[in-house]
Amino acid sequence: MKSIKQLADDVRGGHTSSVALVQDALDKAAKSIELNIFLEIFKEQALEQAKNIDARVAKGDKLGKLAGVPFAAKDNFLYAYGKTTAAADILSNFSSPITATSLQKVLDEDAILIGKVNLDAFAHGGSTENSFYGPTKNPHNTTKVPGGSSGGSAAAVAAGIVPFALGSDTGGSIRQPASFCGVVGYKPTYGLVSRYGVVAMASSTDCIGPISSSATDASYLMEILRGRDPLDGTTLDSSQIICQITDAKNLKIGVIKEYTQGLDKDVADAFDASIKVLKAAGHTITEISIPSSALSLPCYYVLVPAEVSSNLSRYDGIRYGNLDETAGSLEQAYLGTRSKGFMPENQRRLMIGTYVLSSGYFDAYYKKAQRLRTRLIREYETALEGVDILIGPTSPTSAFDIGGRVDDPVKMYQTDIMTVGANLTGMPAISIPLKSKTMPVGLQIISEQRKDGLVLSAAAQIEEDLCQ
Amino acid sequence: MTKITAEEVKKLASLAKLQLTNDQIDAFRSEMESIMGLIDQLQAADVDEYEPTEQVTGLTNVARPDEVTQQAAEAADLVALAKDSQNNQYKVKRVLG
Repeated sequence: MKSIKQLADDVRGGHTSSVALVQDALDKAAKSIELNIFLEIFKEQALEQAKNIDARVAKGDKLGKLAGVPFAAKDNFLYAYGKTTAAADILSNFSSPITATSLQKVLDEDAILIGKVNLDAFAHGGSTENSFYGPTKNPHNTTKVPGGSSGGSAAAVAAGIVPFALGSDTGGSIRQPASFCGVVGYKPTYGLVSRYGVVAMASSTDCIGPISSSATDASYLMEILRGRDPLDGTTLDSSQIICQITDAKNLKIGVIKEYTQGLDKDVADAFDASIKVLKAAGHTITEISIPSSALSLPCYYVLVPAEVSSNLSRYDGIRYGNLDETAGSLEQAYLGTRSKGFMPENQRRLMIGTYVLSSGYFDAYYKKAQRLRTRLIREYETALEGVDILIGPTSPTSAFDIGGRVDDPVKMYQTDIMTVGANLTGMPAISIPLKSKTMPVGLQIISEQRKDGLVLSAAAQIEEDLCQ
Repeated sequence: MTKITAEEVKKLASLAKLQLTNDQIDAFRSEMESIMGLIDQLQAADVDEYEPTEQVTGLTNVARPDEVTQQAAEAADLVALAKDSQNNQYKVKRVLG
């Protein structure tokens, strides 16, 4: 398979046309309609833009790093064309006047957005089943979920429709679907990519990143996506946070002990086999404990619903979004709009968030979770003192059956157990596919904040080792 | 185990500006109890010696010059998203009698 850079180079060199790439993506999207990946496809606009790219190549113009390459974006990225629904009823008619900074950066490099893809409404979920538009199906087995919440993005890459897609990761929403779909998902250091124009979920952990077929592609995209944005005050000065791939042979690797417990057999088998390969490839493997790891999930499910309840307070139906126009009073309009417009999982998180922030419970839950978050950060930092990277499976299970967990919120939340750590600590993390006999299984690689280049380089090296 | 009453669910729904049917109140009550069962594992954690984390990368006081700049969208484009507006302002139902 060609890398994204090769595809863009082929277009820039006139060896292939952007129209051919875009038409191929559109044809594959049409053939995969039963997977329910796309919420909107910009067929005419995409072909028009592709023709324009080819004409500029013919004229000898200099084109961007993603010249003519088709891609998809999760439908929580605002785009000043078509609709941005966040897969929620309340935004089902919403057209944004602005485009997200991250999406704009990719467009500025002459990539072509062929469509917006499905997610759990407001990115709340781990299966892409909590969508107003119905579940997306896993391209490897259509009775299984693609993971979530960036399930549409992962499925679009796994189905070979687009070489990459943009996603967001608040508690694993890029890495877990990448794991379930057998593709690469990258969550950068918190603040490395601007979140301006992406529908907010939990502002202290939300990250934007790419889903692609290789770590090399993820690195190439991160070099485009990273950087300060005056419109997002949490963005980092990235001049020292280079995401390019460098030599990463003979790594010191720590296996997180707690991440190897309670795994389904297919995940344990794939992970154990990968450890043997990594040892044979010359890396040093040690087991490292993160004692509070098991508490990362309760910590996350206090802080994130708390922030969700704040971020969802803006949806009143008055300034944008669908409004309950039958209401007799302003108060009734709020109630009607929000009760109809939010999906059940959105309402659940809103209620839990309101509970843990309410007077009398704030110190016991929210403040305590914030202190635990500090403890987790220290434990991950300590774990990384003697090693370059930490690894473990991305999820304790491979893709589960559609409908298998929707009635049990706690069981659904447990799919996040190995991914929330990187969000709570702000650390960069990637999921890459492991060899598996059944459904895909992902290997997660984590390192210190701002060591994005190391995580991507280690991932590229391990991909190569696993191919041997 | 944290017990949640139907009255508490109603109070929370009112704070969260949600209107729930009786069936939904029942469902939320039992779901919230099981979610709080997960969350209550926190109580065993010894974290008193740790300061709360509010910002994870250590950035503080990110400021810009106090100048009016051209933002990404015009006010009129934003107001146009509302169901009802007048003179470039949002229009809502009467609040005071």
